[in-house]
Amino acid sequence: MINKLVLENLKHRWVRTFLCALVVGVQVMSILTLIGLSRGLLEDSAQRAKGTGADIWLKAGASFSISAAQVNEKFVPFIRKQPHVTKAVGVLIVPLGGAEILTTLNGVDIAEFHALNGGFRMLQGREPTEPNDLIVDEYYAQQHKLHVGQPVELLKHQWNLSGIMQGGTLGRLVVPLRTLQLLTGNAEPARISQILVKLDDPNRTNDEVKILNNLLEGNLTAISYRDFIGQFSISNIPQLQAFIGVMTGMAVVVGFLVVFLAMYTAVLERTREIGILKALGAKPRVIVDILVREAIVLALAGCLIGIVLAFGAKSLIMQLVPASLQVVTVPDWWPIAGAIALGGALLGAIYPGLKAARQDAIEALAYE
Amino acid sequence: MSKNGLRDPEMDRLIIRVRDLRKTYRVGDIDVHALRGVNLEVGRGEFLAVIGPSGSGKSTLFHILGGLAPPTAGEVNIDGVDLLGLAENERTEMRKRKVGFVFQKYNLLPTLTARDNIAIAQSLAGITEQPEDFGETLKTMGIYNRLDHKPRALSGGEQQRVAIARALVNQPAILLADEPTGNLDTANSDAVLGILRQLNKAKGQTILMITHNPEAAAFADRTVTMRDGRIEHA
Repeated sequence: MINKLVLENLKHRWVRTFLCALVVGVQVMSILTLIGLSRGLLEDSAQRAKGTGADIWLKAGASFSISAAQVNEKFVPFIRKQPHVTKAVGVLIVPLGGAEILTTLNGVDIAEFHALNGGFRMLQGREPTEPNDLIVDEYYAQQHKLHVGQPVELLKHQWNLSGIMQGGTLGRLVVPLRTLQLLTGNAEPARISQILVKLDDPNRTNDEVKILNNLLEGNLTAISYRDFIGQFSISNIPQLQAFIGVMTGMAVVVGFLVVFLAMYTAVLERTREIGILKALGAKPRVIVDILVREAIVLALAGCLIGIVLAFGAKSLIMQLVPASLQVVTVPDWWPIAGAIALGGALLGAIYPGLKAARQDAIEALAYE
Repeated sequence: MSKNGLRDPEMDRLIIRVRDLRKTYRVGDIDVHALRGVNLEVGRGEFLAVIGPSGSGKSTLFHILGGLAPPTAGEVNIDGVDLLGLAENERTEMRKRKVGFVFQKYNLLPTLTARDNIAIAQSLAGITEQPEDFGETLKTMGIYNRLDHKPRALSGGEQQRVAIARALVNQPAILLADEPTGNLDTANSDAVLGILRQLNKAKGQTILMITHNPEAAAFADRTVTMRDGRIEHA
């Protein structure tokens, strides 16, 4: 019967109930979209790294980081000469900057890359054969409405879009290495950002990483494919973790405030009804229980709305900016976001609930 | 039972016994003596009307007898339970089974149907079964076919009859009615008073009705008058 009273109360003020659940839903959607974006972007990067087919990555410096720091290209033939190394391909990575700060232009020797992993999976057109040829992946082409054969200006240079490739290999935009080196002042001496290494036996990867790191004495750092992919996780990026923590905290505060206001006004509105329940024998804990159950229903409804909204946000993002932002569905976070919403809602119901429970029955019955 | 735990033979006959009941409210820095030594006895199955002008202490007596407010001093024995010294939780427990309330403003929960308004009183008291002849009672009261309507769809008279049904569903020892016809027209007033009278005569329901209307009081077996916090004519 108490559950029926709770539902009837929520139905009675359905606009307030809906708006309250909607705001909780937006809070849930924000969390899910944030996590989906973080994970989507990282998974997308990991997928592109995986798509290169390399067993070992080499980057400049004594420690490994996801950056575009550069190293002399002379290391590439040196690495190729090492035992068990069958292929070594240098890649120059240059951020586009401006509005596309997260997007990079990847310069690679197309023939060498072809030999490393069989080349790019072309959906339209062909791989670059001319110095000014450019290929982009399907997401970049969709977002920028590009067609094969059209000119594309990047880094103040006119490129010819020779083909559109399937996503998930090396980068979104790929051009011939030498052209990019000349264009960005990395030609004399020739510089690259990383070296992709293929071994004759992938089972030797860990041993070869150790050997290469000893050999290179800190000029370059080697990392296995598995460890490199491991870099692309939320737990390896403290700044992202902190950002998610802040956003989650804000979501709890918003949920708390929304439910607090809804419950507080409900208590004021229902003063007489609380008096009636007390006259009928309802103990204070029953009054608190009613408001807590209302808050739980609001949080659960908000959670469902939030999940639906998160699907909508994902669809919108993937339609409008699939190259800039990649979102994945994160069902493992549904219960977490729900618990966050529920926590905020319960916190918001405590004070109004106690206020209602403390109301004097006689005064409440006399309330107009 | 008496205070010393022994059976009080007088309470076999009486359902309410009030002796030297006093109630003092603190309003700001001033003590307001709402009840100044009330003495009252109500027999089992009696229909008693308490009349008096505004401020005479009728409502305070109603609230104390119903366990909604604690007495300051004196004895208030309801069906063998002395309310003096009972904690709020104990008074709440007492209200569930010993007392049924009928208010001037009906006080139905607006979001629930008439049926659910009656059911929630049962639910709060932890009772699952309705009295055997409750359906007949509802038919007699003329609300049997109106049970699935919410209060806003019911007339004042119908709402008050639903409130009476809600007060009766847990088979309370006493039915306390505070100005039950105060918001009703003459026809509905007569109907509600007729129902109370019938419940008293047919089922032996003890009723204590607060009213300022002598015509309403005439439906009761006995009338007492309150003035200045005391009962004048018992």
